[in-house]
Amino acid sequence: MRKAAFLAICLTCCVLIVGFKRIPQQHGSLTITFKHLVGNIPLALDTVQYKNELRQPFTITKFKYYISNIHLHKTDGSLVPVDQYFLINEDEPDSKTITLSDIPTSQFTGIDFIIGVDSLHNCSGAQSGALDPVNAMFWAWNTGYIFLKLEGKAAASKSPGHLFEYHIGGYQQPTNCIRTVSLQFPRALTVGTDKELVLKTDAAEILKSPNTLDFSKLSSVTDFHNATTIADNYADMFSVSKIR
Amino acid sequence: MKKRLITISAILLCALLFSFVAHRSTEAVTAEQVTLKIPKGFPTPVYNFSNNDPNPLLFSLGRKLFYDPILSKDSNISCGTCHKQAAVFSDAPLALSRGISGLTGTRNAPALQNLIWNTSFMWDGGVNHLEVQPISPITNHVEMDETMASVIRKLHRSSTYRESFSTAFGDTVISSERMLKALAQFIGLMISANSRYDHFVNHKGTFTTQEEKGLQLFRDKCANCHHEPLFTDNRYRNNGLVPDSALHDKGRATITGLQFDEYKFKVPSLRNIALTPPYMHDGRFNTLNEVLGHYANPKKFAPNTAKEMYEIGRLSSADKQAIIAFLHTLTDSSFITDKRFSNPD
Repeated sequence: MRKAAFLAICLTCCVLIVGFKRIPQQHGSLTITFKHLVGNIPLALDTVQYKNELRQPFTITKFKYYISNIHLHKTDGSLVPVDQYFLINEDEPDSKTITLSDIPTSQFTGIDFIIGVDSLHNCSGAQSGALDPVNAMFWAWNTGYIFLKLEGKAAASKSPGHLFEYHIGGYQQPTNCIRTVSLQFPRALTVGTDKELVLKTDAAEILKSPNTLDFSKLSSVTDFHNATTIADNYADMFSVSKIR
Repeated sequence: MKKRLITISAILLCALLFSFVAHRSTEAVTAEQVTLKIPKGFPTPVYNFSNNDPNPLLFSLGRKLFYDPILSKDSNISCGTCHKQAAVFSDAPLALSRGISGLTGTRNAPALQNLIWNTSFMWDGGVNHLEVQPISPITNHVEMDETMASVIRKLHRSSTYRESFSTAFGDTVISSERMLKALAQFIGLMISANSRYDHFVNHKGTFTTQEEKGLQLFRDKCANCHHEPLFTDNRYRNNGLVPDSALHDKGRATITGLQFDEYKFKVPSLRNIALTPPYMHDGRFNTLNEVLGHYANPKKFAPNTAKEMYEIGRLSSADKQAIIAFLHTLTDSSFITDKRFSNPD
């Protein structure tokens, strides 16, 4: 009898401990979808012709970029860091929807992140997942990640086959191409209730401002030459579309 | 009849087991053999194998990969093709190595030794970490011209590699991270610290009078850049060589883009230097005497030569011979015959 009582007490304690532990663990996940556009037109690889600021027609054949060092902004002004690295690739539709896991179920007013990979993870040796060099976003001759690749065809380009390619990377001054993006939500976002944050990525911005690119003058950027020109352009390619 | 069959089977089984064990024993390395031992007087390594604890299985996988041309596009070039153990894992006596389809690179293949003390890799320091170093030759268009994705696909298709990876890591995942960590174990444990120089400085051996004079001259004139005990300070300098007009190699500036870094190259270690001719980033000098001839003739230095080069000053013929005699004491013959690093096939 005594044994049974003792067991019962132990069991209750266990349940209580487990129960208490669970109460503060109110965490959920947040899905972010990236909607790729060129100006107001949805981005489609190979098939759609767009025009840049100089009315030069072009098509896009590749568009991929890294997002990392994400922070969600709480209503009290504090930041919730997310230790995940994402490679968003137009050619892999699944990659355009990312899930931030283990986020406190609270209200958020905004988000910030970097385009690219922080310097520490550019110097950390062999890595996996989004940072696996098999993703062809890694420079071997000058080790570090390529933060963004935009490739396509433009009649104005003087490169062979009228191709253009912008491979932008570099985590050290004076050619640091990491750019921080900070976005305010149109209304408070509640993790656990709101299902999804939709961000727009406007690839036209990469060609546009503050530096208007002329395909006939700059069709290939694959190292530090002109890299920051393009990084300054992509810094503002993101905007919030909606919360749902 | 039945008994006889059992006896024969037992004998056969024993023979099979013995041959297996014998075969393994000639190849397998022990845990002791892959334990990192910092040589006396050496500093703390830059790469300390954190998150990549040396173990015989990973080391052996790295060794197999190092010597396997599967890493190249046409399966003809392995790391060992241009990094030969007999030549301290350099490509001596070639000035410029031949890569895929006989294509020639622009720089002399460096010796591989004491890599865990390097703060960067390659003549221009473009590679920042030991683990990612192999990606550079694998993907270089005149070396192995392969992609990492393709290498991983090929390893997946190979039943031997499927077995080696699962033995080494305990599951069937074959990834670039695992491949690179295995290679890092193999090349990272290539430590050379058993030369006559090492014996001398540790009071376990003697030098001839000429060698001792050479050491003094070396410390006076060369050690500004070639710091003991690693014989490099891991920095980049313009050592006065007139740029080769065919190679157009701006050295460190190709990485940093800074004019300040033009024609600077990494100070190489001088360990085992007698075994790795020709010399300089482009292999332009065939002998150590020519190298010293260059340093002793500041009139021929290129513009923007580092100040340390001007501090070397005149070297008599006897000085040069003494320095060369000293440099020969940096030869570590146990390193180039160490069976742990030989081709396992």
